[in-house]
Amino acid sequence: MSTTNPPLPEFDIDPRAFRTLADAQMGVELDTGDMILNLGPQHPATHGTLRLVVRLDGERVIAADPVIGYMHRGYEKLVEFRTYPQITTLINRIDWLSSFANEVPFIDAAEKLMGVEAPPRAQYIRTILTELSRISTFVLFLGEMGLQVGALTPAFYGFRDREHVVNLIEAVTGGRFHPNFNRVGGLKDDLPWGWVNETRTVLKKIYDACDTFEDLVAGNEIFHARTKGVGIIPPEIGAAYGVSGSNLRASGVDWDLRRDGAPYLVYRDLDFKVWTHPDGDSFARYWVRLQETRESCRMVLQLLDALPSGPIMAKVPRIIKVPEGEVWTEVENPLGQMGYYVFSKGATGPFRVKIRSASFSNVSILPWLLRGVFVPDVITILASLYFILGDIDR
Amino acid sequence: MSALSFAVDIGWGTTLAIKTLVILMIVPATALILGYTFLLKMMSHMQSRLGPMDPGGFHGWFQLVGDGMKFMQKEDIMPAEADRRVFAMAPMVVVVSTFLIFLVIPAGPDIVVKNLNVGVFYALAVSSLSVIGVLMAGWASANKFSLLGALRAAAQLIAYELPLLLAIVGVVIQASTMNLQGIVGAQSTGSIFGFDGLGNPYILTQFVGFALFMIAAQAELTQTPFDMPVAESELVAGYMVEYSGFRFLFFFIGEFGTAFAFAAIAATIFLGGWALPASWGLSVGLMRFVGPAVLFAKIMFVAFLMFWVRFTYPRLREDQLQALAWKVLIPIGLLNIVATAILKVAM
Repeated sequence: MSTTNPPLPEFDIDPRAFRTLADAQMGVELDTGDMILNLGPQHPATHGTLRLVVRLDGERVIAADPVIGYMHRGYEKLVEFRTYPQITTLINRIDWLSSFANEVPFIDAAEKLMGVEAPPRAQYIRTILTELSRISTFVLFLGEMGLQVGALTPAFYGFRDREHVVNLIEAVTGGRFHPNFNRVGGLKDDLPWGWVNETRTVLKKIYDACDTFEDLVAGNEIFHARTKGVGIIPPEIGAAYGVSGSNLRASGVDWDLRRDGAPYLVYRDLDFKVWTHPDGDSFARYWVRLQETRESCRMVLQLLDALPSGPIMAKVPRIIKVPEGEVWTEVENPLGQMGYYVFSKGATGPFRVKIRSASFSNVSILPWLLRGVFVPDVITILASLYFILGDIDR
Repeated sequence: MSALSFAVDIGWGTTLAIKTLVILMIVPATALILGYTFLLKMMSHMQSRLGPMDPGGFHGWFQLVGDGMKFMQKEDIMPAEADRRVFAMAPMVVVVSTFLIFLVIPAGPDIVVKNLNVGVFYALAVSSLSVIGVLMAGWASANKFSLLGALRAAAQLIAYELPLLLAIVGVVIQASTMNLQGIVGAQSTGSIFGFDGLGNPYILTQFVGFALFMIAAQAELTQTPFDMPVAESELVAGYMVEYSGFRFLFFFIGEFGTAFAFAAIAATIFLGGWALPASWGLSVGLMRFVGPAVLFAKIMFVAFLMFWVRFTYPRLREDQLQALAWKVLIPIGLLNIVATAILKVAM
């Protein structure tokens, strides 16, 4: 190791260059630089591990970039190595707040390929449970949204009232969050004794809860100030980004797959209203979900009244083999449009599956939506879009 | 008028020692009382849950003491990039400002550490020292969330000093003194249009001032709906995000101690302080013992209002907060002063 320094290279430096350099340095230092802030992957407002790289000028967002994939579990690949009955266990975990609603379209796809149709009672129970999981998701949202704009108490009310619904789902399926209750051709079990009356009682409570949220959160002036005019999604932009579900209906697009899509379950027998709001801002998204919670309660009541008797399982072979073919099913999940493209080569499991999950498309609008808003509005917008990380990353 | 002169004549050194001890005890004690009563129990019951039930046997009264012990055992974590000395000093600055407020609050006819002639002015002046600690904490933590929180806190505390002061000016005009004992006395012996059954608690005659004071105090305490500096859903905990263990405990004590101090100021200048109406005819000797209890009851009432709002409302946005201060509260405060002055001269 040499102890002497290498000789300095000789440059012929113009002394004026230093002055220019110093001036340039000055100019840089006096400029207000942007600050890059990492929201997440560990951040209370991201419901999990969404990372949002935000470029800030003061408190104003110049650009925002969502980074996803921290929770990627590779379900589209995993399902290729499993049989159809096993797959429901996996796809339960996509949107973990409304697991039952995830199972339905996949089972629907398998049944379509096999040419099997579940008996009416099974279809009714499926519809009831789908709507109950919608209610549980939305009731949690109604409280959670309050928490994200700073009110602590509604969150606890949300969890409390969701508990009633989760208990109902548990009573039928045995699972609070991951029921795994659907079978190709029907359901695992029938409803337990006394469940119908219990459900009516709970629906009454949910009605009251909706009134509470309307007073406590939606009726609050500070909540109005925080949400009205914040995060406006114009209908054509929303549709272009693939935003769906309540988020799109809050922009005034009257589109609901339960009514407008290919018929599935028994929604065609029901009388229900599709709620829309013309504003497209965060408040509209809250309001639409509030109304849809009530509407779901009405739908479940109708279903309970019209619940037919009969078997809950169609005749299916013991080992389920799905004939060759491909099918696309899409349904209106609590978070938006959810679809499965199932490609079968006649084995006991699918050859390929493409999962279209709602939250993935819903958050893809974030870079467009978050430009120019303030940091607190980022949280409001994230909360009002209402995504589930498992639904983004799959 | 020393704190214990009514009891025995003791030397000034002993008196000073006792006063210091009382002030040092009172801040953690009040933080515990408010934290337990409102943060743990009242909030829990509002949110349809029970809160802590086991520690200490009776409704979990020991929970916060246990929490405090836990904080003392925690590792003292300091970020590698932090400005170490400033980081360590910041919580103390915040707590010291709380200690200083309690010096001038009278709890009885002669139970007061220092009966300053400019008591109100002094209390508000030292209460705003905490913003320096907050800024120090946010800057020294070398964390972007802390920095955002601290800058928000600074902007907010400066903006809300004004309505706080303007709210009190009406009272000072009416009582013709800035001395807190004087204000208590004026409320006790006063009368409203000749009716002296209740004295003249300024919450009745200065209601606008009281409302202004409560709103501004809520902002000074960074409580919901003005809790943007600590906004847990956006900035996680703002300027406190890097603090742990004992230093965090300091912030906690500072937060609730200051809440108690502001409630005490409000109780003193708007609700009559330790005194009951003079027309009720209670002797001074009796008030020496009843006074602290009366003051405590009034403080708890004011604190209840503060925490009720805190647990109910969502949070405003930073720009809306500034707009509220400069466009609404300050004009109302000025009008209130004008109206009070006119009435004072006319009547």
